[in-house]
Amino acid sequence: MRRRRHDVVVVGAGPAGLSAAATAASMGRSVLLLDQAPRPGGQIWRHRAGASLPARARHLLDRVRESGAVHAVATVVDAPAPDTLMVDFGGRVDLVHTAAVVLATGAVERLLPFPGWTLPGVTGVGGLQALLKGGLQVRGRRIVLAGTGPLLYPVAASLATAGARVLAVLEQAPFSAVAKFGTRALRDPHRFVDAVRWRATAWRSAWHHDAWVVRAEGGERLEAVTISVGGRERRIACDWLGAAAGLVPRTELARLLGCALEGEAIAVDATQATSIPGIWAAGECTGVKGDAAAVLEGEIAGATAAGDGGGMASRHAVARGQGIAFGRQLADTFALQPALRTRVTPEAMLCRCEDVRVGAIDPAWTARQAKLWTRVGMGVCQGTVCGVACTALYGWEPPQVRPPLAAPPLAAWARWLTDVDSPTES
Amino acid sequence: MSGDVTIHLDGVPRRVPAGVTLAAALCNLEHLAFRRDLGGGPRAPLCGMGTCFECRLSVDGVAGTRACLIEVHEGMRVELTR
Ligand SMILES: Cc1cc2nc3c(=O)[nH]c(=O)nc-3n(C[C@H](O)[C@H](O)[C@H](O)COP(=O)(O)OP(=O)(O)OC[C@H]3O[C@@H](n4cnc5c(N)ncnc54)[C@H](O)[C@@H]3O)c2cc1C
Ligand code: FES
Repeated sequence: MRRRRHDVVVVGAGPAGLSAAATAASMGRSVLLLDQAPRPGGQIWRHRAGASLPARARHLLDRVRESGAVHAVATVVDAPAPDTLMVDFGGRVDLVHTAAVVLATGAVERLLPFPGWTLPGVTGVGGLQALLKGGLQVRGRRIVLAGTGPLLYPVAASLATAGARVLAVLEQAPFSAVAKFGTRALRDPHRFVDAVRWRATAWRSAWHHDAWVVRAEGGERLEAVTISVGGRERRIACDWLGAAAGLVPRTELARLLGCALEGEAIAVDATQATSIPGIWAAGECTGVKGDAAAVLEGEIAGATAAGDGGGMASRHAVARGQGIAFGRQLADTFALQPALRTRVTPEAMLCRCEDVRVGAIDPAWTARQAKLWTRVGMGVCQGTVCGVACTALYGWEPPQVRPPLAAPPLAAWARWLTDVDSPTES
Repeated sequence: MSGDVTIHLDGVPRRVPAGVTLAAALCNLEHLAFRRDLGGGPRAPLCGMGTCFECRLSVDGVAGTRACLIEVHEGMRVELTR
C-alpha cells in the first residue's frame, strides 16, 4: 500500500467538487480530486469522451485543469481517521493523508419500492438519464417517467432529443403546489429559459400531476406500467420506466467520518465546515438545491479548506442563503404524497440486495431489529437504496455505515494486506 | 469517440460502439439480465451511478464490477453473473 499526501482532498467531481478543487488549487494548495465516475462532471455533466457540454461546465473543467488540481478516478472506501482516507484507485488501495477534506458527494435518488420494480427496464429518473449519457440507445423506445421535482424536465428533454417516445411524464406533487413553485422559481431568467426549452423539447409527452406508478409488469423485462393520475388508474405498454421519489443527499462517507447530519443532509455552517474539524462539505450532500448553489458552495468550501479565513464565505453569504431558501422551496413543493407509501404491497421487494420483501418487515420494529431478523440493508449496496426507502416508509434512521463503502475487488484487498508497511510516498 | 470495439460476452464476441459504458452496451444488446436474484428473477441497472450494485458482473476476471461505472474496451471479457 502506498501512502500519498495532499493539502486538500476533494471527494466528488460534480459542480461542487470541481469548484472546490479549482478554488483551493488556485490558492496554491496541492489538491487531489477523487471521483469514482470515469470522467469528471458529476451527475449533471456526466458525459462520454467527445460529448458536448454546456459552456459553464467547460469553463469549470478548464479552471480545474489550469489550477493544477490532480483528478483521479477512484472510490473512497474508508476513512480510518478524519485526516486519512482509504482510496481504491481502480484496483489498488492506497492511504491518502490530508489536512483538509471537502465532501462533495452529491445526491442519490430516493427509490421507493412498488410491485414489479425489480424488472429490467425499470430505473431511476436520473438513473435513466445516467444510462442515456453512458450510451443507452432509446430511439423509438416507449418510455414513462415518474418522479418529482425539476429533474423530470431535463430528463424528459434529453430522452426526446435522443429519439425516444416519452409517452407520459408523471409528477407526484399536486398541480397547485407546482404552479406556485413555478411562478416563483421561474423569476430566475436562467431557470426560465431552461424550463421552457426542456418543456418544448418534450412537447409530445403527456404531462400529469398528482400522478405515480402503481405497478410494473413483465416477464424477463418491463412490458407495461399501471399509473395513477388524480386517483384513476391506467395501463401503458412501455419499454423503459424511470421512477424515483426525488433526490436525497448522499452522506455515507460523511457518516463514516462522524459528521453530524441535519435531517438527511450533512450539517454545515456558513463556511461549509462540518461538525468535524478539517472536514468541509458542499453541494447536494448538504441539501438538494441544484447545480448553481453547488458551484457556489464548492467555492466557499475550497477557499475555507485552503485557509482563507472565511473571506469567500462572507463575500458569498447572500447568494448562499438564496440557494438554501431555494432548496427549502423544493422540499416543500415536492414533499411526498402518502400514496407513494401506501401503494407498497407486501410482495414488493424492499431490499434488492438481500431479497427482503416489504411483507417481511413489521413497521413497528426498529431499524436494528429489522436488520437482525431479515438482513434488510445488509447487502452489498449497504442500504444506499433500501435505507433511504425505509426512512421514507417507516421513519427509520439511515443504516450504520460499515467500511468498505463500496467493496473493492478482492485483488485490491489482497495487495493491501501484503503491502501494509511500504514507505510513505507523495 | 468513434469506431467499435469487441467485447466478449460469456465468450461470444460482440461489436459495440467505443466509449459507451458497459451497462449501456449490454442494454443495447438486449442483455438485460445482468444478474439473477434468489428467486431466479432478472436484475438490471437501476441507479446508473454506482450506488445500487444491481449491474454488477464479472469483468476481465474481476467479480462484482459495476457495469455502469466502466467504459467498454477492446477485448473486454464479461461474464454475466448467474
Ligand atoms: C442519477 C442522477 C442524475 C442526475 N441528472 C441530472 C441532470 O441530467 N441534470 C440536472 O440538472 N441535474 C441532474 N441531477 C441532479 C444533480 O444532483 C445536480 O444537478 C448536481 O449534479 C449536483 O452537484 P454536486 O456537485 O452536489 O453533486 P454530483 O454532481 O452528484 O457529484 C457528486 C460526485 O461524487 C462522487 N462520489 C460520491 N461518493 C464518492 C466516493 N465515496 N468516492 C468517490 N466518488 C464519490 C460521485 O461519483 C459524483 O460524481 C441528477 C442527480 C442524480 C442522482
Ligand atoms: S446501475 Fe446501480 S450500481 Fe450500476
